[in-house]
Amino acid sequence: MGGGTNSYQEIEETEVILLWGSNARETHPIFFHHLLKGVHHGARLFAIDPRRTSSVRWADTWLGLDVGTDIVVANAVGREIIAQGWHNQAFIDHATTGFAEYRHSVEPFTLAEAERLSGVPAPAIHQMAKAYAKAKTAIICWTLGITEHHNGVDNVSALINLALLTGHVGRHASGLNPLRGQNNVQGGGDMGALPDRLPGFQHVEVDALRQKFEQAWGTTIPPTRGWNLTQMLEAMGNRQLTALLVLGENPLQSESDRHHTEHLLRSLDFLVVQDLFLTPTAELADVVLPAAAGWCESEGTVTNSERRVQRVRKALEPPGEARDDGEILFDLARALGHDWGEFNAEKVWNELRALSPVHAGMTYDRLEKEHGLQWPCFDEAHPGEMFLHSRLWEQPLNGPPVAFQVVAHSPPVENLTTEFPLRLTTGRRLDDYNTGVQTGGFDSPLRRGETIDLCPEDALALGLTDGEWVRVVSPRGAIDAPVRLSNGLRPGLAFMTFHFQDSVNTNILTIDATDPRSGTAEFKACSIRVEKKSL
Amino acid sequence: MNEPEMWYKAPPRPTLIPLPPVRATKPQVELTVDGQTVRVPEGATLLDACMERGIDTPTVCFHPNYTPVNVCRVCVVELEGARTLVPSCSRLAEPGMVVKTDSPRVKTSRKMVLEFLASSVDLSTAPELLARCQEYGARPERYGPPAPPATDRDSRAAGHHHEPAGNEAQRVAQPVKIDNGLYIRDYSKCVLCYKCVQACGDEAQNTFAIAVAGRGFDARISTENAVSLPDSACVYCGNCIGVCPTGALMFKSEHTLRAQGTWDETRQKQTDTICGYCGVGCTLTLHVQDNTIVKVTSPADQDITRGNLCVKGRFGHESIQNRGDEPELPA
Repeated sequence: MGGGTNSYQEIEETEVILLWGSNARETHPIFFHHLLKGVHHGARLFAIDPRRTSSVRWADTWLGLDVGTDIVVANAVGREIIAQGWHNQAFIDHATTGFAEYRHSVEPFTLAEAERLSGVPAPAIHQMAKAYAKAKTAIICWTLGITEHHNGVDNVSALINLALLTGHVGRHASGLNPLRGQNNVQGGGDMGALPDRLPGFQHVEVDALRQKFEQAWGTTIPPTRGWNLTQMLEAMGNRQLTALLVLGENPLQSESDRHHTEHLLRSLDFLVVQDLFLTPTAELADVVLPAAAGWCESEGTVTNSERRVQRVRKALEPPGEARDDGEILFDLARALGHDWGEFNAEKVWNELRALSPVHAGMTYDRLEKEHGLQWPCFDEAHPGEMFLHSRLWEQPLNGPPVAFQVVAHSPPVENLTTEFPLRLTTGRRLDDYNTGVQTGGFDSPLRRGETIDLCPEDALALGLTDGEWVRVVSPRGAIDAPVRLSNGLRPGLAFMTFHFQDSVNTNILTIDATDPRSGTAEFKACSIRVEKKSL
Repeated sequence: MNEPEMWYKAPPRPTLIPLPPVRATKPQVELTVDGQTVRVPEGATLLDACMERGIDTPTVCFHPNYTPVNVCRVCVVELEGARTLVPSCSRLAEPGMVVKTDSPRVKTSRKMVLEFLASSVDLSTAPELLARCQEYGARPERYGPPAPPATDRDSRAAGHHHEPAGNEAQRVAQPVKIDNGLYIRDYSKCVLCYKCVQACGDEAQNTFAIAVAGRGFDARISTENAVSLPDSACVYCGNCIGVCPTGALMFKSEHTLRAQGTWDETRQKQTDTICGYCGVGCTLTLHVQDNTIVKVTSPADQDITRGNLCVKGRFGHESIQNRGDEPELPA
């Protein structure tokens, strides 16, 4: 099961926080309130980020690593903890396997070698290793700075290894927490919107689990996993996938390497887009199904980063012909010859409760009264789990031990060259969101449009001034954008968002290298050059 | 690719439900409030003791989620043996205290404070405070006709205050500040409860865009050097609006509807839902009038937000509202 192991409340009480590849101050502002309570209560905050962001400003120590060297730093922290004897041998013996292999694998990552590869001063790595290992409680949080790499899964494993090494998991105020970027990205996975899972993380390739669903649904389910998004794009390329239904996504603008994505979407025989807005993706569609807004025009549930299932409620009538996503899908099923009856969100939820043990205890009544419930919640008397994996501390161990995952450093796919000497990384800003479809409409006084952020040293070397329009070129394409000088960047590092693609199309630059396991693209690292425009 | 077996199998359930560490229960403190014995845990305030007894105590600057700032003096009670009245919101209960909440001294003091506020501040959008004025028999009109509004309040320096003439009621009135598209600041309605400063500061947002400037009657809430919000450190979370008890800080949408005379709370419905942006899961209370979101708040007593939101959650709903044709009203 995948989800943040702790509750937000716990970060207020922990001793050490590693905020890794996350600008939560701007991307998860209300979670950051909880984190700041922790800091005010005396927690030490280490921020590991190539940029000195508004989150980093709250940190005791900033580890400004080069993009794509997270594993170097994590493995060096692990090596230092072991070398100094700060690891939790009792926990390792009790609840883990593969420690010897892990120890061997991190051996080359000395502080000096890590400094050489990542740019982070050795004393800072030592300091973080010491603080993290010696704390009674410690939490690691991360966001897309960890996952949006060609080796995102390895990056996550490298962080999990640190928690296993020190026993900072499965206890109150100790754990591992990916902060979810969208209001129901956790719930989508929980509900089975993953290539290999049925609802409740039940693996489609396990016969007994699949048969349970087949019995309930009176139908057969393909016994092997499907494609993730990256594999779907590949399948479009080789014409294995020729018809596509897109619900609430804007892949034309959100996927890396825009030109390539557009070619794939245009090559489809049939494209249906179900969305609130006529997005650029929807403009390519054969059929557009106008949808009601899930969070304010329909009933249902979403699940947040602390695994809390919460009710969304209808406050507005949707405009025009827009309809609830559920109603549209029920009608679609009927048109395809399956009558599911009348759509009702609570009825669908109760069906889920009957099939997913981790959601079984969550009635609509309880979700209402208890302001949401955290999975797993096995029955109606169960309060939900505040933190996960407490079984690892039971004597004797309850269930199988957890394996250390050996991970190797692998730099970004695209090397810096003399032709493309700058590293471009991407992210969000406080007042805007992803491709800007939803936030574009409100009059934010903070909005300043897209820029190519450069450090003053690089701008000086290129003879550029703040606000000057330049040409940004990557191996895949070129766009124009104004320069913004940023003290949060170091020489060689540039930053852009995806928020204003109608005017500045950042994803013309980004690379479509992806992690083969998660299917996530390397949005955090491509190479560019910045050219002064001739007057 | 080699997937571990646990990838396919759910881990076993923990034997015990995971719970936070048990904290030692605090010893009880026994005191007397209005002649009756009350027991509260150590660390509780006199206001907690009053609430425990069901005694309705007026407050202005108190916010249950924040550290008391002790500025309004409306919640004062009489404590036997104390020289002055004490603020119940911050005075900790001690064993054997004898407290009176309805003595003439308490009532007169509360009435005076409310009278001073009502004579100097526009309370027209603060119905709860107006009700308290009535309850305590405050007569703000006895301080004379209102003085004309000032235009220089933002630039008044300490020590340069002009003595009032005495024949009219001094007021904090000044023009409404409308300097951005999201919310307005009408400091004619400000009772200086400090809650906005706390919300912007280390109680919630930690942005520190505003503070109290000036001294005495010239004191006012100000950005650094009184610059406009777009030039300040403000990040437009609107958490100050969420705690403002008088409507001095207001959504621009509400301000506009009120100016048009179309703001009508009897036609509004409040619905709790979850924000559609990031994955934190903030509860939004949508205030909807005529199928339009006119204001967004968040419940202060729920643990994820504690009433706080960010700029997207509080203000980022325009594109939902403006899509396609005019929304169709239900038949």
